[in-house]
Amino acid sequence: MSAATVFGLCSAAAAGLGLYGLIVNPEPLRKIIAFNLLGSGIFIIFGVVARRGAAAALGADPVPQALVITGMVVAFSATALAVALVLRLFQGAGSTTLDADAPASAGTDPTDA
Amino acid sequence: MKFMLDIVTVTAISAGAFFFLAGTVGLLRFPDTLTRLHALTKADNLGLGLVVLGLLPQAGSLRGGFKLICVWLLVLLAGATVSQLIARAALANEANGQRGRPRTRARQDGSPT
Amino acid sequence: MTIAAALETVLAALILAIAIWTIAARETFAAVAGFVVYGLLLALVWVRLEAVDVALTEAAIGGGLSGVLLLGAAARLRATETRAVMERPDKILRLGAAILSATVAAGLAAGVLLLTDPAPTLASAAATNAAATGLGNPVTNVLMAFRATDTLLEKVVLLLALVGVWSLASDRLWGGFPGPRHQADPLGALAFLARLLPPVGIVVGIYILWAGANHPGGAFQAGAILAAMWLLVMMAGLTDVPPVSSRRLRLVLIAGPGVFLVVGLGGLCFGTAFLAYPVASAKPLILGIEAAMTLTIAVTLGLLVAGAPERRDGQ
Repeated sequence: MSAATVFGLCSAAAAGLGLYGLIVNPEPLRKIIAFNLLGSGIFIIFGVVARRGAAAALGADPVPQALVITGMVVAFSATALAVALVLRLFQGAGSTTLDADAPASAGTDPTDA
Repeated sequence: MKFMLDIVTVTAISAGAFFFLAGTVGLLRFPDTLTRLHALTKADNLGLGLVVLGLLPQAGSLRGGFKLICVWLLVLLAGATVSQLIARAALANEANGQRGRPRTRARQDGSPT
Repeated sequence: MTIAAALETVLAALILAIAIWTIAARETFAAVAGFVVYGLLLALVWVRLEAVDVALTEAAIGGGLSGVLLLGAAARLRATETRAVMERPDKILRLGAAILSATVAAGLAAGVLLLTDPAPTLASAAATNAAATGLGNPVTNVLMAFRATDTLLEKVVLLLALVGVWSLASDRLWGGFPGPRHQADPLGALAFLARLLPPVGIVVGIYILWAGANHPGGAFQAGAILAAMWLLVMMAGLTDVPPVSSRRLRLVLIAGPGVFLVVGLGGLCFGTAFLAYPVASAKPLILGIEAAMTLTIAVTLGLLVAGAPERRDGQ
């Protein structure tokens, strides 16, 4: 079992853990962290595919690597947008609950449009 | 000659690993924030310094060795600043009465416990 | 089992342990700390997978900038944690989620184990076409020449995310200053670090951009480092975030994709196709695009971490 396969299995488990955390954790910020865990695991699987494509004196196939670099930056920008949404929800509603039946408490922004 | 350099590398890196182990044990076993920071700085300064010292004979060029030393200096700078900030925050928390540092209580005759 | 294989197994086990800690930790602060450690360990995994460019990106963006973003949010949302404890789902939902996650993980693991042997690869195609740009780093070749449209569109996605973050401000704050005003003791440790480290960081960032042509590095990694230095200076209170309505800021933000688009249209008008570089001037063109991209990426990443406008004037 080569190194790439070991890391592939480990990241498959990490992706499963991220999915579990995404479903189970009630706080939106924990969900965002779990989502990032899931994404990082999938990126490592890309890396395993790249490593197995080593040829022509290159250590790894460069095309999946470039895709992963692009994906990481896009995932970070999505995370930043999600965090901004959670902070705005907290400002507007006073809590970050995603429960639709929860009583709305006063937000901290009195002139909120 | 190369054998001597390898001996130096193995010895220095083993010593560095020992300091990392000591720092980790201190982090887990010490009672409060300030003593844990004290243990962590041993791992940062001495542990990483010995590892870098051990890697210098293997660097292969003067520029590579210089880069290794720069890495160590940057980690020193960042570690020192972060330790200062955490320690001041811990002191401020303790002044507010929050958890973080065990208070020494005075006995009836005034001597600390 | 060789020593390298043993170390890699230990690294994989450590990553799993950190992932479990990140999901199971009680406090959000501990979970964020676990996530930052996870990102740094993943950078080691990327190095073992012979993908050093990706390792740099993971350490800078996944470990560094994501950590700053999430820590800041966790600090501001500390008041909501007690409420969230009451909402933990019941056992049935957790069991169902565990079964679903285990199935997905098993499917991914089966996919990894059943990958075809010999593996299909584009490495030989990338190597044979490397003469078209004259760059020595194959990943930079792919990013800037072979799949340049992807990179251009990704810059636009970054800008769209930033516009999305800005649009979350309330109407009366539109065009204001993002995030709270950071105050730090001007004689303290943080201000000292913010005066000492950014010059080094700027040199390192520009070096990584320049070295990305022939060695691991590139525009994204350099942009992340420059963004981190800017954020450090902002958090120490040495400078304030520019207001969202600043014209100069907006010009810097569109400089990267703008230059990229102009070069692409030049390839369409004077060359064979959109984003076709003439072989003689491919390297200077690519380096020029990368320089503009680095500036835009640095400012965009910094502003994404700074957040939506929250202050009308610079108080």
